[in-house]
Amino acid sequence: MLSPELWAQSLWETLYMVIVSTAVSYLIGLPLGLLLVVTDKGGIRPMPPLNAVLGVIVNILRSIPFLILAVMITPMTRAIAGKAIGTTAMIVPLTVAAAPYVARMVESSIKEVPFGVIEAAQSMGATPWQIVWKVLVPEAKPSLMVGGAISIVTILGYSAMAGFIGGGGLGTVAVNYGYNRYNFEIMLVAVIIIVIVVQIFQVCGMWLARHLDKRNR
Amino acid sequence: MEQDCIVRIQNLNKTFRGRAGTVTALDGVSLDIYRGEIFGIIGLSGAGKSTLVRCINFLETPTEGTVTVDGQELGSLSKKALLEARRSMGMIFQQFNLLQQRTALQNICFPLEIAGMKKADAEKRARELLEIVSLSDRADNYPSQLSGGQQQRVAIARALASNPKILLCDEATSALDPTTTRSILALLKEINKTLGITIIVITHEMAVIEEICQRVAIIDSSRIAEVGPVEQVFTRPQSAMAKQLIYPDGKRDKLATGKHYCRIVFDGNSSFEPVVSNMVLECKAPVNIMFADTKDIDGRAYGQMILQLPEDERAAKRALAYLETQNVHVEEGDADAFT
Repeated sequence: MLSPELWAQSLWETLYMVIVSTAVSYLIGLPLGLLLVVTDKGGIRPMPPLNAVLGVIVNILRSIPFLILAVMITPMTRAIAGKAIGTTAMIVPLTVAAAPYVARMVESSIKEVPFGVIEAAQSMGATPWQIVWKVLVPEAKPSLMVGGAISIVTILGYSAMAGFIGGGGLGTVAVNYGYNRYNFEIMLVAVIIIVIVVQIFQVCGMWLARHLDKRNR
Repeated sequence: MEQDCIVRIQNLNKTFRGRAGTVTALDGVSLDIYRGEIFGIIGLSGAGKSTLVRCINFLETPTEGTVTVDGQELGSLSKKALLEARRSMGMIFQQFNLLQQRTALQNICFPLEIAGMKKADAEKRARELLEIVSLSDRADNYPSQLSGGQQQRVAIARALASNPKILLCDEATSALDPTTTRSILALLKEINKTLGITIIVITHEMAVIEEICQRVAIIDSSRIAEVGPVEQVFTRPQSAMAKQLIYPDGKRDKLATGKHYCRIVFDGNSSFEPVVSNMVLECKAPVNIMFADTKDIDGRAYGQMILQLPEDERAAKRALAYLETQNVHVEEGDADAFT
C-alpha cells in the first residue's frame, strides 16, 4: 500500500489540475457560450457567419476523444507549459478539451432564460451588453451552477484519463499501480477517492444552485 | 379640433420570412394615437396586434412605413437614440416578464440602473413607485413569492420608472382572473389620469376595451378594420370583425328561425326608459327578447338588445316604426344579420 503522504499528494495534484482547468475553461467557455447565444439566429445580435464558425470549432474539439486530443496537441502544450508531462502541463489539454464543453453547457443554460424577459429589457432601452451581464447571466445563474458541477465532474474524469500520458494525480496512481502492476487494491482506493471527490463537487454544486435560485423562495 | 398626436403610424407593413414562406403580420396599418388617451387595439390571436405594439417601440422593425413617437420618426434614429426613445415608453406584458432572480424593488431599479442612475437614487425612486402600485410591503419579495396581480403591479411600477410618456400594455390582464384584471385596469386608469401617461392597450377581450379605453382600433387579419370612440364602435359596429367581437357568442344557434329581428342599441340617455314595454303596449304586438346586455361604460349606460318581432308583417313594421321614434339606434335584419 502507498503512504498516506503519497495519497494526499496525488489528491492534491488532481484537485489542482481540475480546479485550475475548470477556472480557465470557464474563462474561455463562458464568453464563448454567451457569444454562441447572442450571435444565434434569434439572438440579441444575430451574426450567422460568426455563429456558424464558432459552432464548427466547438463541435470539432468536442468530437475528439480527450486522450487523443491531449496527444495531438502535445507541441502546443510544450509551447505553453514548457513541458508535456506533469500536472501543470496537463492543464493545457484539459482546458482545450473542456472549454468547448463548458461553452455548450453555458449556451444551454443561457437559452433557458425566457425570451419575454429579454424583450422586457429591450423595451427599457437596454444595450446588448447590458442584457448579457444584467439579464442573461444573473437570470441563468442557478442553471450555470448546475452546469458548473457537471463540467467539473467531466474535467475530473478527463484528469484521471490523463494518468495514461503522465498527467499526475489520482489517475496516474490508478494507471501505474493498478493497470501496469496489477495492484487491484491501490486502483480501488484511487477510484474510491475519485468517486468521493465527484460526490462532493456534485452535491456542493447542486446545493449552491438551489440556494442561489430565488425562484424557490 | 386638431388633436395632439403622440404616436402616428403610417402605412405600416411588416412581413416575416419563415420556413413556410413570407407571412404578412401587418398590412398598410395607419393609426393616430392622441396624447393622454387610453387607446385600445383589439383583435383575435394572430391578427397582428402584438406585432403592431412592438412596432411602436421598434422591438420589431417595420418592413415598410413610419412610426412617429412624440415627433421623432423611429426609423430615422441611430441605435443609441432609439434606445433613448424606448426609455420614453414603458411596456408591460401578459407574462409580466420580471427578473426572477431580483426582488420587486431590484426589478423596479433595473431600468434606472441601465439608464445609469446612482443606486441610492434608483432605490428611492423605486420605493416611490412601489407606493403608487400599493406594494410597499413587498419590496424585498422575489417574483415567485408574489401573486400574478402583484407581479403585474411590479411590472407596471418598473415600466413607469423612467417617467415614460407612453405605456404599452400587451395583453397585460390576459393571464389574470377577473377580479385582479379589474384592479389592474383601475390602476392603469388612475395612472392615466394622475400621471397623464398615454396608454395603449392590446387585448383580445372586449371587456377590457369597454372598461378603460376611450378609443379603439379593431384589427382583422393584419389590417385595421375599424377605428373610433369606444361607444361608437360598440353601439354601431361597422366591420364584420367588430360585430364578431361585440355580439355574443353562439347566438346563431338561438336565432335559427323567424324572419324579423332587430337589434336596438341604447345610448346613455334612453337605457333607463322602458322602451320595449312601451313598444309592446303601443303596438299591441308581443316581442321576444333574444338577447340583452347593458353595461356601464365610462359612467354612462350602454347596451344592446336583440328582439324577435311578430311574424305578422304589419305588426313588425309598426313595432319598428315605433322604435325609430324613440331615442335608440335600430338595425333590422333576419337571423343571419346579427352573427
